[in-house]
This record gives sequence, C-alpha cells and structure tokens, in this order.
Amino acid sequence: MTNRILSAAVLTLLATIATVTASGRDGWTSAQLDELRSMSLEELEALPRDPTNRVADDPRAADLGRRLFFDTRLSSNGRVACSTCHQPDRAFQDGTALATGVGTTARRTMPIMGMARSPFLFWDGRKDSLWAQALGPLESPVEHGGTRAQYAHMVADSYARDYEQVFGALPDLSRVPRSAGPVADPEAASAWNELSSAQRDDVTRVFVNIGKAIAAYERRIEFGTSRFDKYVAALASGEPRQSILTDDEVAGLRLFIGRANCTQCHNGPLFTSNEFHNTGVAPRPELAMDHGRLTGARAVLSDEFNCRSQWSDAHARCSELEFIVTGEHTLDRAYKVPSLRNVAERAPYMDAGQFATLAEVLDHYNRAPAAATGHSELRPLRLKPVELRQLEAFLRTLSGPIPLSERASARRTQ
Amino acid sequence: MRDQRIDKSMIQRIVLTLATLTVAITMTACSHAMMMVHGTGAKRPAASEFGLGPRSSAHGRYVATLESAKPLHPRQMQTVRVTVRDADGRAIDEAQISVDGGMPQHGHGLPTRPRVTRNLGDGMYEIEGVRFNMGGWWEFKLAIAGPGGADTVTFNLNL
Repeated sequence: MTNRILSAAVLTLLATIATVTASGRDGWTSAQLDELRSMSLEELEALPRDPTNRVADDPRAADLGRRLFFDTRLSSNGRVACSTCHQPDRAFQDGTALATGVGTTARRTMPIMGMARSPFLFWDGRKDSLWAQALGPLESPVEHGGTRAQYAHMVADSYARDYEQVFGALPDLSRVPRSAGPVADPEAASAWNELSSAQRDDVTRVFVNIGKAIAAYERRIEFGTSRFDKYVAALASGEPRQSILTDDEVAGLRLFIGRANCTQCHNGPLFTSNEFHNTGVAPRPELAMDHGRLTGARAVLSDEFNCRSQWSDAHARCSELEFIVTGEHTLDRAYKVPSLRNVAERAPYMDAGQFATLAEVLDHYNRAPAAATGHSELRPLRLKPVELRQLEAFLRTLSGPIPLSERASARRTQ
Repeated sequence: MRDQRIDKSMIQRIVLTLATLTVAITMTACSHAMMMVHGTGAKRPAASEFGLGPRSSAHGRYVATLESAKPLHPRQMQTVRVTVRDADGRAIDEAQISVDGGMPQHGHGLPTRPRVTRNLGDGMYEIEGVRFNMGGWWEFKLAIAGPGGADTVTFNLNL
C-alpha cells in the first residue's frame, strides 16, 4: 500500500516535471506559446460582414471593383488609378514616403491587406468603411483629382451593363455636366452647386457605388502564410522547427513579445490592435502640422459617407461611432497601428514615411524621443545593438505571399 | 524485510529529489515572468483578485457582478452586463453607472467609451461599446451612484 502511494507520488512528480519542461519547447513557457498562437494567421477569424455595404460579398461587385481599381480614367489627368499607389506587385503600396497622384499628398500610402477588418481607415481613422475610404482619394485634389460627376459619367459610358447588374438602373445623367462635385476646384464646385438636390443625389449614388464595388474587391485582399506562422504551427505539432526560424529570429521573437513591448500595439493575427497611438515620430517640417487621430476622430463623425449616413446600407446601430473616443489629449498626433505582416516589404515607414529602414524604426523605439505635440507613449527600451538586429530579423519572418495580388498582376500582364 | 526498508528509503530519497527539482524549476519559470519589465511598475494582483465577481465596491456600499455571453476577447467590440446589489443582497435598480478602465502596467485607458445603454431591471444593466485592444491584465472600473451613495468597483480582468 505504502509502495503504491509512493509510486503514485513519483509518477505525479515526473508528470509535473514533464509538463514544465515540455512547456519550454524552444524555451517557450505555455503562456508564451498561447501568445504566439494568438498571433498566428490560423487564428484569424472569418471576414466579418460589412453591414454598410450590401454588395460587399457579391462576386460581380468585386469583379467590377477590381477593374475600377486599375482604371486610370478615374482621375483628372487620366493617369492615376487606385493601383498607382496601391501596387499589387509591391504589397499594395508604392515604396515612397509621400504618395503621389496628380499631386503629392502629406501621407504615406497604406497597404490594403486585411483592411476590411479595421474599424477605421486611413492613418487618422477619418473613415469607417472600406468604401467610404475609397471615395476620399477620388476627390482629393492631390490624389485622383477628379469629380464625382466625372466618375459617374465614366461608369455610365464604360461600365453600364456591369454596374446595372449589381446596383440596378443608372440615373439619367444627360443634364449633368462632365465635371462637378463638392471639391476644391472652384469651377467644378460651382457646377455642383447649380445642380438640383435630386441630381446631386443621383450622381452621389453612382459615386458611392463605385466605392462599394472597389471595397468588394479590396476586402478579399488578405495576408498569406509567413515563416512565423509555419514556426508556430510546427511548435504546436511538435515537428522539427529549427529549419523554419534561425536562433536570431527566435531571439527577436522573444524580445518582441517580451522586453521590447511590441505586442502592446502589434498583437493578434494581424499584428495590430487597429487603435491609434502617439509614438513621438517627428512630423515632416515641410508639411502643415498634422494632429492625426485628434482630427480624424472628429472627421469620421461628420463624414458624408459614414455608417450613419444616408449612403450606408447599415440598418443597425453604428457602434464604432457610438462609442468612439474623441477630444482626448492622447489622440493628438496619434496614428493608426499598422499591421506588421509583410512589413519588411514596404519601406519607408510611419505616417509620412519618416524612416527609410526597419533599423531606423527600431532605433526610434529604442530611444523613444519626446513628441513634437501631444505625448509619446513610448519609453526607452534600452536594447543592445545585437537585440535590435534580432528584432529586425524576426520582423523579416512576417512576410508572406499576398494571394490576390498575384492573380491581379497575372491578369494585368495577360 | 531489510530489503524492503532499503526500497522505501530509496523511494523517499527519489521523491525528495524530484520534489526539490520541481520547486526549483517552477521558481525559475515564475521569477522569469516576474522579472518582465513593466513600464509603470504597477503590480499585477493575485490570481484570486481576477474575474467577473461578485466584487465589493471600494467602500463596501455595493456588490457588482459582471456577465458576458461570450468569453471576453481582445480587439472585439463587446457587450457585458452588470448586476448591482447592496451589501445585504438587495438589487439596486436606479443606479447611475459610468465605465472607465485601462491597463495599469501600460498606463493607457480603454480604447472606446463604453456606457450603460439599458437598465434591464432587478439590478441588471447592459454596458455596450466594450473593447480591449490587447491581451493581459485590464482594470474595468464602474463608478456607481445609487441610494447608498457613490462608490466604485474595480474588476481585474485577464484577457
């Protein structure tokens, strides 16, 4: 009897030791393994519905949207399409500090992958849906530079059949001038003001539907599996994993979820909380002072195309707008946390491309300089040069293919 | 007889060694976790302080219990319910409740402004617009003004 109790005790202890050491696979504790799993692409939930866009999941709308996305006729000079800055073969960005359309913007182009999962769009979150976002650049004088009447005419001239299959009959635009819209250009603005409100609604409805079709295409653009994801899968299945990540990359990952505090903002399967933070990145001196989310939060509440607008298909409440934080000091120069997936493929970095390389970004986080305005949430990390190199090595493991971009480029070259 | 005694003492020695090893390994793992550098120096409360309640308010005027239809999850907009009772267990139906919170170790608040949107009766209230932008230790604070006066209750949540 005593022997049996003793052997039971020995077995229990052996089991405990086995658990403790097994949880240290590659040195990871079970809590850390849980955290790694939470960042794996396999944990990404199904694409949420977009109640503001009734054609969001209509494949005909996505096909129309894809063609509009690459169509340079959606611009004042016939040379700018969405794909001018969001280049599929460059992870849907353009590799330049400040985006260039018909003019030069004050912001860095954001990638499109995974954006359908973000409650707010743009660096300052001034839009609350993919379709509302797509409409912004179309009327910006430095991006596409055109007007909504011009775009409505273009769709009626070139896409009538496809448009009507998705959205129903086009309005009669025969009395609408070729260029008119609530834009900076005084001639187009005055032509817009001369239209009746019914005419303005007709034009705006077509304009909104252009955005909804483009959004139906964009929301299918997602991230592909990276080496990091393969490593997490191998950890879970007990397969050999040495060949997947190097020692330096694993050391970088350890810092990423540990002392470097990266997961404070870059968490979950997309490595972003989708929130807004001031990280003390200096504004470009040549640009007007940009207050980031402080301005963006106010702008989205009064946006012509937000979830509460007459152009939204949402029948339920708009909880993102209802519970939004506005007017707080913490929002001053706060910018959206970008995903870190494929981050190594899209230098330069930050809201106005302030940093040319990942090494410069990491150096910034390590030093944590004070913010120009507002208050930086960073604290110096005091990492050694070798640790910064390991972090960078880890960030490079987050790159993966972008499935839809390959198909889009293939179609273009056909 | 003698052989059996040796057997027993050997087993006892093995048990002792293994026990010491276990304690040592566990302590190493824990101290590693405790050594993690936290920006604000706020100390995470004991495990017994976490959870949805029942939880007494700071001055003992109320007892609040949270309820969530689904487990709380980072990065999602969620709705929770809270039941407020007085110290004697009577439901408080006419309370004014405001919501605050944040991550003490990171020095930031909630990313949204959640608020009570419905009084469901029998001391139960619905709180909408709740979001936590990362996993880890969160404080979820309710300022309750009711017939017994004003008081606050703080929940420690582990996401």
